[in-house]
Amino acid sequence: MGGLADAAARRSRTNPAAVVAVAALCVILVLTWLGPWISPNNSQTLDWLHIAARPGMQSSHWFGTDRLGRDLFVRTLAGTRVSIAIGLAASIISLLVGVSYGAIAGYIGGRTDHLMMRLIEILSGLPLIFFVIFLTVIFGRSEYLLFFAIGAVGWLTMARIVRGQALSIRQREFIEAAIASGAGTGRIILRHVVPNVIGPVIVYATLTVPQIILFESFLSFLGLGIQEPGASLGTLIAEGAGEMEAAPWILLVPGSFLAVLLLCLNIFGDGLRDALDVKDG
Amino acid sequence: MNNIVLRVRDLRVDFGAHAVIRGVSFDLCSGETLSLVGESGSGKSTLARAILRLLQPAQGSAEFLGVDLLRCPPAVLRAQRRGLQIVFQDALASLDPRMTVGESIGEPLRIFEPGLNAGARQLKVRDMLERVGLSPEMTGRYPHEFSGGQCQRIGIARAMILSPKLLICDEIVSSLDVSVQGQIVNLLLDLQDAGMAVLFISHNLAVVRHLSHRVLVMYLGKLVEIAPCDALFESPVHPYTRALLAAVPRMPHAAAAAAPAAPGELAAPDLMASGCAFRDRCPYALPVCESSDPPLLEVAPGHWAACHRSQETLNPLSFVA
Amino acid sequence: MVPTLSVDRLRISFSHRTGIIEAVDGVSFSIAPSECVGLVGESGSGKTQIFMAAMGLLDGNAQVSGSVRFEGNELLRVDGPTLNRVRGSQLTMIFQDPMTSLTPHLTVGTQLAEVMVTHLGMPWKDARSFAGRMLERVHVPEPKRRLTQYPHELSGGMRQRVMIAMSLLCEPSLVIADEPTTALDVTIQAQIIELLRAVRGEFGMALVLISHDLAVVAGLADRILVMYAGSVVENAITGELFKHPRHPYTAELLKCMPSVTGPRLDRLPTLAGQPPRPGEVLEACPFAPRCPRAADRCRVERPQLEGSSTSQVACHFPLTA
Repeated sequence: MGGLADAAARRSRTNPAAVVAVAALCVILVLTWLGPWISPNNSQTLDWLHIAARPGMQSSHWFGTDRLGRDLFVRTLAGTRVSIAIGLAASIISLLVGVSYGAIAGYIGGRTDHLMMRLIEILSGLPLIFFVIFLTVIFGRSEYLLFFAIGAVGWLTMARIVRGQALSIRQREFIEAAIASGAGTGRIILRHVVPNVIGPVIVYATLTVPQIILFESFLSFLGLGIQEPGASLGTLIAEGAGEMEAAPWILLVPGSFLAVLLLCLNIFGDGLRDALDVKDG
Repeated sequence: MNNIVLRVRDLRVDFGAHAVIRGVSFDLCSGETLSLVGESGSGKSTLARAILRLLQPAQGSAEFLGVDLLRCPPAVLRAQRRGLQIVFQDALASLDPRMTVGESIGEPLRIFEPGLNAGARQLKVRDMLERVGLSPEMTGRYPHEFSGGQCQRIGIARAMILSPKLLICDEIVSSLDVSVQGQIVNLLLDLQDAGMAVLFISHNLAVVRHLSHRVLVMYLGKLVEIAPCDALFESPVHPYTRALLAAVPRMPHAAAAAAPAAPGELAAPDLMASGCAFRDRCPYALPVCESSDPPLLEVAPGHWAACHRSQETLNPLSFVA
Repeated sequence: MVPTLSVDRLRISFSHRTGIIEAVDGVSFSIAPSECVGLVGESGSGKTQIFMAAMGLLDGNAQVSGSVRFEGNELLRVDGPTLNRVRGSQLTMIFQDPMTSLTPHLTVGTQLAEVMVTHLGMPWKDARSFAGRMLERVHVPEPKRRLTQYPHELSGGMRQRVMIAMSLLCEPSLVIADEPTTALDVTIQAQIIELLRAVRGEFGMALVLISHDLAVVAGLADRILVMYAGSVVENAITGELFKHPRHPYTAELLKCMPSVTGPRLDRLPTLAGQPPRPGEVLEACPFAPRCPRAADRCRVERPQLEGSSTSQVACHFPLTA
């Protein structure tokens, strides 16, 4: 895998947009984790003296406060933290499940692949929102549920992509050589198929993180996800939407954070694909 | 030389409705180098893959040291692979691009000698690299960092690391520069430990001449001639073999070819309803060739040919049509 | 008399992320009208690049200096439309792999006719019947039927005949054949070589035959240029080259080519090392690392091509007769 990383690093250096995106991402990540230490404020504290205050340097509330007087800066950072955590965790799950499923289906082929793909098609056909609502009704609102629901569906596209890659890898001569050497199916899938599909997989994974974050935001916006007093970018945006006319910054602060985060992730994902593609070719 | 390492009988492979290998039988003895020559469409590469059961033949048997590779259960097949290895034509493509060269060469050890610890394995890999003429320091490099000839050596190292009883070489020098071809062939000769049998598949008759004990000639999925090497090159019997030898471009100082080579192209095999597959291009064809497919008959000790006219002394190729 | 092609101090380099790579390093030679010249070299010799430059087919990142004149007119650094007046009509090229050089989605007839419509302004109907006649001249069986077929419906040998036909349509002064038989079977190769010989007799154009196989070139060429790592190392008439090779590389190459006739050898003759990759030339004489006659002077001073009109060699210590 060393060769892959070297080539990727080298190519990245020639892509200024990706470099900027990565830098911005790092800044955001550092901020979200260190945020609470930077600002004197707390995301839970209600500051009755500064309800719906404008952003500014005069008070300690640099980005303003919301309807309940909570500091927006710290709250937004907390929300970003939650959104990123959910995005990452759900992506990792869909990665693990999707890659295994797709690699097995693609490599083994035949009837097994046929059955496995039909299952994916059925699951893809289920309307996701209803699924989540349904689960919420049964199990009540909870972060874990949200997380499970997203992860459970996120792997579908990953599996399809990996299966396609595995189908083409299967034809390649080094797989034939591995079989001729006496390698069993398990060994071939794990040591030969998976490492050779990793390139597109990583790229797709970095592009699913923003999708998941957006989806989670959407669910939370609808009231199905994170609940008070917890915050995610989605809930913050929902709140802000209600205050749009009177106190627009309550929407704009989390909204811009979300936009920048998604933009950086997408640029990074594209850059990663370019970096890996050239080597793959 | 008497132990039979591989015994192939009546092998038949179909790709859909179309028979790519049509009833091939031969023996390979330990210590012997048997070459398989033929052009595209002859089925020679398919034969190698069929023997190794990398594809499923429709019929026939391939007994490797007594075990029928085509019928045994998968676990037995995998165990047999230890003694039966193959080196591919496109050396670079046969190496996993994401694995280092050391890992690729060491993989057979991981599969068949799991008890070996990493240190012992590394030692064997380095030793093997040296034996094929590469520096042992190169274990950490990736296949794309090597030239074609070097990749071929790596492929050979991987195939030889478990000291197989039978090595199949599928066109291993075809994509190499002439000045490098000799190195690989000589390497093979050096590594051929007492007892290792080699099935050398090639379309390059010149290389085959210097390497083989016996030669099999294939045309459109059938064996048309089997002969000891010298006999094949000095007195070929089957018209196709003669056409093949006549077609090899000669150097100016070399003896001129007997006559022009075979006209026409390989016919689509599904048009071959009956009779000899070569009849459309054969300058010696008779009506019997159209109705009856000639069997392989022994025309001299150890020399077999599938031609209705094999008993006659045929003139140097001249054109009838 | 104006030479058909005149190459003067041609240098081709490519800019790569790791630096500048020299593919052709100062090559000069000329081709007389109706002369057949063979250009022989292994991988990295630069033999194909020279003619890609002449045809304006080099990649965008190539830097070219020197001159290539076709019938007195400069071809390099000339714009597309000017080049198109000769390219495809007076100066044509036959490529190695006819599958990829014929447009897959157009019929053979359309592709052939297009040449004449574009270059000679012929109406389509006339162009098509002319194409049919040309296919007959290159011995394509059932020429009328072939006109309506697509490239993938034809065999390799037939596609190559179509390419040859295409190159002859406008009665060119020079045809460049780049490894025309490498991808073909030996028996088909022999047919194509025969065809090139016949065509040369009929049309009388100059022909450049590029190949890694000296034997293929020997049958057709009046003169042979041997290239190594981007330079011409020997330029001699065919008979001289084979009887008295003067450059050590030529001599080694001749030794390395195993023949189907002649005595059988225990080991194949070979040359140690491998041809340098483009850009990898380390010593002054590119062949010095592998040369059995190399001395200190070879590592320091670059040998120039010197000699008579029948035989030139670039070597400090050429072999004597």
